[in-house]
Amino acid sequence: MPPVPQGKNAFHRPKNMRRTFARTFACFKAYHFQLVLVLIGIVLSAGANVAGTYMLKPIIDDYIVPWIGNADPDFSGLIGQLAIMFAIYTIGMGGTYLYNRLMISISTGTLLDLRKQLFTHMQKLPIRYFDTRTHGEIMSTYTNDIDAMREMLSQGIPQFISSAISIVGTFLMMVVLSPLLTLVALAMLAVMLLITSSIARRSGRYFKARQDSLSQVNGYIEEMIEGQKVVKVFCHEKAVNSAFSGLNETLTENTVTANTWASLMGPIMNNLGHVTYALTAAAGGLMAVGGLINLGSIASFLEYTRKFAMPISQLSQQMNNVMGALAGAERIFDLIDEPIEEDDGDVTMVNAIRNAQGTLEECAQHTGIWAWKVPSETEESGYALIEVRGDVRFHDVTFSYDGEKTVLKNVSLYAKPGQKIAFVGSTGAGKTTITNLINRFYDVQEGEITYDGIPIMRIKKDALRGSLAMVLQDTHLFTGTVRENIRYGKLDATDAEVEAAAKLANAHFFISHLPQGYDTVLTADGANLSQGQRQLIAIARAAVADPPVLILDEATSSIDTRTEAHIERGMDQLMKGRTVFVIAHRLSTVRNSNAIMVLEHGEIIERGDHDDLIAQKGKYYQLYTGMFELS
Amino acid sequence: MLKKLFPFLKGYGVSSILASLTVICEVLLEVYIPYLMADIINIGIANGDVDFIIRRGLLMIGMACLSLAMGALSARFAVVASAGFAKNLRAGLFERVQGFSFANVDKFSTASLITRLTTDITNVQQSFMMIVRTLVRAPIMLVAATIMAIRLNAELATVFAFAIPILGIFLIAIGTRAFPRFKAMLKRYDGMNAQVQEDLIAIRVVKAFVREKHEDARFTASAEAVREAQIKAERLLVWNMPVSQYILYLCMIAVCYIGGHLIVAGDMLTGDLMSFISYITQILSSLMMLSMMFVMLVLTRASAARIVEVLSEKNAITDDDADASLSVPDGSIEFRDVCFSYSNDPSNLTLSHINLKIKRGETIGIIGGTGSAKSSLVQLIPRLYDVLSGSVLVGGHDVREYKIKALRDSVSMVLQKNVLFSGTIRDNLRWGDENASDAEIEAACRAAAAHDFITAFPAGYETDLGQGGVNVSGGQKQRLCIARALLKRPKIIILDDSTSAVDTATDAAIRKALREELVGTTTIIIAQRITSVMDADRIIVMHDGQIEDVGTHEELVERNEIYREVYESQQKGVA
Repeated sequence: MPPVPQGKNAFHRPKNMRRTFARTFACFKAYHFQLVLVLIGIVLSAGANVAGTYMLKPIIDDYIVPWIGNADPDFSGLIGQLAIMFAIYTIGMGGTYLYNRLMISISTGTLLDLRKQLFTHMQKLPIRYFDTRTHGEIMSTYTNDIDAMREMLSQGIPQFISSAISIVGTFLMMVVLSPLLTLVALAMLAVMLLITSSIARRSGRYFKARQDSLSQVNGYIEEMIEGQKVVKVFCHEKAVNSAFSGLNETLTENTVTANTWASLMGPIMNNLGHVTYALTAAAGGLMAVGGLINLGSIASFLEYTRKFAMPISQLSQQMNNVMGALAGAERIFDLIDEPIEEDDGDVTMVNAIRNAQGTLEECAQHTGIWAWKVPSETEESGYALIEVRGDVRFHDVTFSYDGEKTVLKNVSLYAKPGQKIAFVGSTGAGKTTITNLINRFYDVQEGEITYDGIPIMRIKKDALRGSLAMVLQDTHLFTGTVRENIRYGKLDATDAEVEAAAKLANAHFFISHLPQGYDTVLTADGANLSQGQRQLIAIARAAVADPPVLILDEATSSIDTRTEAHIERGMDQLMKGRTVFVIAHRLSTVRNSNAIMVLEHGEIIERGDHDDLIAQKGKYYQLYTGMFELS
Repeated sequence: MLKKLFPFLKGYGVSSILASLTVICEVLLEVYIPYLMADIINIGIANGDVDFIIRRGLLMIGMACLSLAMGALSARFAVVASAGFAKNLRAGLFERVQGFSFANVDKFSTASLITRLTTDITNVQQSFMMIVRTLVRAPIMLVAATIMAIRLNAELATVFAFAIPILGIFLIAIGTRAFPRFKAMLKRYDGMNAQVQEDLIAIRVVKAFVREKHEDARFTASAEAVREAQIKAERLLVWNMPVSQYILYLCMIAVCYIGGHLIVAGDMLTGDLMSFISYITQILSSLMMLSMMFVMLVLTRASAARIVEVLSEKNAITDDDADASLSVPDGSIEFRDVCFSYSNDPSNLTLSHINLKIKRGETIGIIGGTGSAKSSLVQLIPRLYDVLSGSVLVGGHDVREYKIKALRDSVSMVLQKNVLFSGTIRDNLRWGDENASDAEIEAACRAAAAHDFITAFPAGYETDLGQGGVNVSGGQKQRLCIARALLKRPKIIILDDSTSAVDTATDAAIRKALREELVGTTTIIIAQRITSVMDADRIIVMHDGQIEDVGTHEELVERNEIYREVYESQQKGVA
């Protein structure tokens, strides 16, 4: 996983605070009832804390001090007060447990919902979204941003509320106990707030520098570890180490500056609390001498000054966390709001059966015949059935990825059912783009592509892609067994079908030699297989899907020519009766195509079958003979 | 685990100790303040002594300010120490990974190494800061406040003799039970993220097969598993807070009860009771700090374990016993009964009993099917991996006799999966020779058929490649890699399928240039295309980890079935 700079949320603020906040809150809508309970729990917990402390005053003033020196004291009053205190604390403890326990359900549930929403939505995003972002960027939404949310939900928000209640409650009690002493506490509060905000401003400034050098260091680490084998081959370890050392040094300097400010906050707030405590004790003492206050009130008040300082420093810390989490939430919502793939097609694909009259009829079970179900007003049934045959045509297609650089220019071509059409050309000539357009990973800007006479824009994407199978140059296998990976092409394929497909792709032999055969578990990137073996599995995966149209994008490029020759029969078998688009570097792969298109700079410069093109003595001829130039 | 990490404190040990010492001073001052407060009540108020109250008040404020200074200093020291520790650790780990052999890198995946160097180090850094401050602060606070409480009134302090052990046992019991649950949760969490990653990488496959719903279901299952594990872990931990609070509150009640009796009987002063209650609050807050740090430490333990795993990884290849004065005399190569296995398992051999002699200056082609161990064979020459048995000789000496740098400087290898680095084309080429002149660079690029396309870029040799060389095509990248390898002026050059993305005409031009420029350099070319090797002095046909045949093109076409099949598979259709 490409790493994402840690703590990037620190001191980042959401762009639209109010909207994000409202939306974050809306995430809880399934938990409104529990949230009310949480609130009650917090009120009980914080309230008990405040009330329990107040009890010190009557206990000391009314039930202890009056009996001092009395030979026969009556402690029943004290016991009664302590019983009340016990009751208060027991309720408080219940409240604390209740809200913490409920918050677990709420936060994990909310996160689960968010994760599911994120993932489901992400699946629907157009390929363009993935092509224009790094994996690390998207992953960071799942890790950093969700983590920040988790922290906020399970700790931030409850603590925030609890701190707020404590502060208000404590303040009220302080006023009740002694308005004069409260003034002392308030003056100190003002000092605390001033210091907090000035520190926050300062550290915000330095955090930016820290984040920048952190991403530099992490970027360097990423690049060098990915190229580590090259570093070794060139014995460049020393040079790399010393370059790294410089970056590391800068990072450390910036970290020290930024973190110093941030971590000063804790001790300052804590000790200002002690100053307040000292001031209160002294002021209270003086007032007591003057008869303005009694001992019990001072006792309670002193406890309150402590209770006052703690939530304030917590509040200032939580503020940053909540801000960071909201910034993360905003990124999560941005992803969820990202427009999904446009799919306004109304043509679907159904199983069909040919009736006695030779016309098609829709049916439920798998028949091997597929039909496009096209809504039609002229038909009695409301739709027409057109057999899926694999007739693909490009009419004057022009396409550009970014609206500036034209990748395909006025491309027209046709592939009749069962034909094999090959694309040849150098990197960047637009070969892969053609396949991207057929399955609508991207949409054409000018011109039209038709499939069995139906414009592909009218076909539902699921149906369109279901009728095509692709084997890509970079074979991506999934964690799971070999069997599961092949079955990915057709989820309800039987074991026999899977094996048949593997045999077709000439993969059966090596699979059965794996330690656990078809049940061998592949690691994330299929690292325990060679590139060629992975491609064979990918071909088997396409074979089991059994679609009318097959797209092979450099599908055999990692298989040596001899093995390729061996699987040729299997491939021929696989291609039989299907329309096939082949992209290949290796000309031997495309030789037996019905038509070969030579692409250059987005245009088809030559077309024809192998013999035609050889006879034309053009680019293809040059490429082809270049292969044996030296012989 | 700690023993492994400890040395990385080097240079920051003093800061760490100072951070702990200052935090201890802070705690002691903090703890002393309530003690002084008792005097205000007991002496000042009781005697109506305003002077005394003011003096004690000022003393308390002074102590609080001193405590603030100590706290601030401790924060600073802790930051310096933790940042320095992280710096050392990062550098140490990075250096360690740079020192890894290929076998070590294969064992950890690239991605996991990166995570260890970034996220894990940041986690450890944060925890370290916590450890030198909070983890010192909380227990000292606990002990000091307890001692002060005992000094105030030993009888009253017996309450703690019951409360603290009970609380301690409770916290430990919860902690030890929660730890495995958190570990389980983290594992599932990693699994879930791995799945997202996998889906992202394979998004084209997912979409092409219309498997969005299938993926959704898989993701939902793992996200739910994460939730379940998280609930299971946190459900336990959630008891920490209310129970520790409750126990301390019960202490408070007990103290009020017993204290009330003591005061009434004249055995204790009211002020002492009030201070005592302050100490209960301090003890409470230190205990809560400890339990809050628990989760953090669990997370860090996992990170630290991952770092230590890299640190304790034994380097598979070392050259400690090598002769530093030995340099590679010439480019001859010999394999003597070489067996090799990636897993070091004699029953799972990748190469078995290879015997081969290559003379200096010879050009050798290697042909073989996917998985026939062509790459494995040549990777033994620059000692990227070590043999299981037998020996590989370069220039007449076993490769293990040379210092690795001496060996690899003489053996240039262009890897199958090659990488360019961010920076200009010239920067990248200089990897081959830091001091290469412009003319030398240009010559190497001409030989690798790269000069023309480089000069076609607006910035020429100064073109910025971007990370991973994203600004050049596959074929261009391969040619730059060859040029880079040529600049080393090696005695042996190995091209491992290095021209697969280059068109055949350019491929031929490169080989022609190599033949002319590298007279006396042993050249080994692994290729899929017969044309790439057919003009070699000798061609080796590899099959299933063994040498099937060695000979010239003509000989092999004549007698070797595999070679002939490969040849025919590529030639078919050429009339």
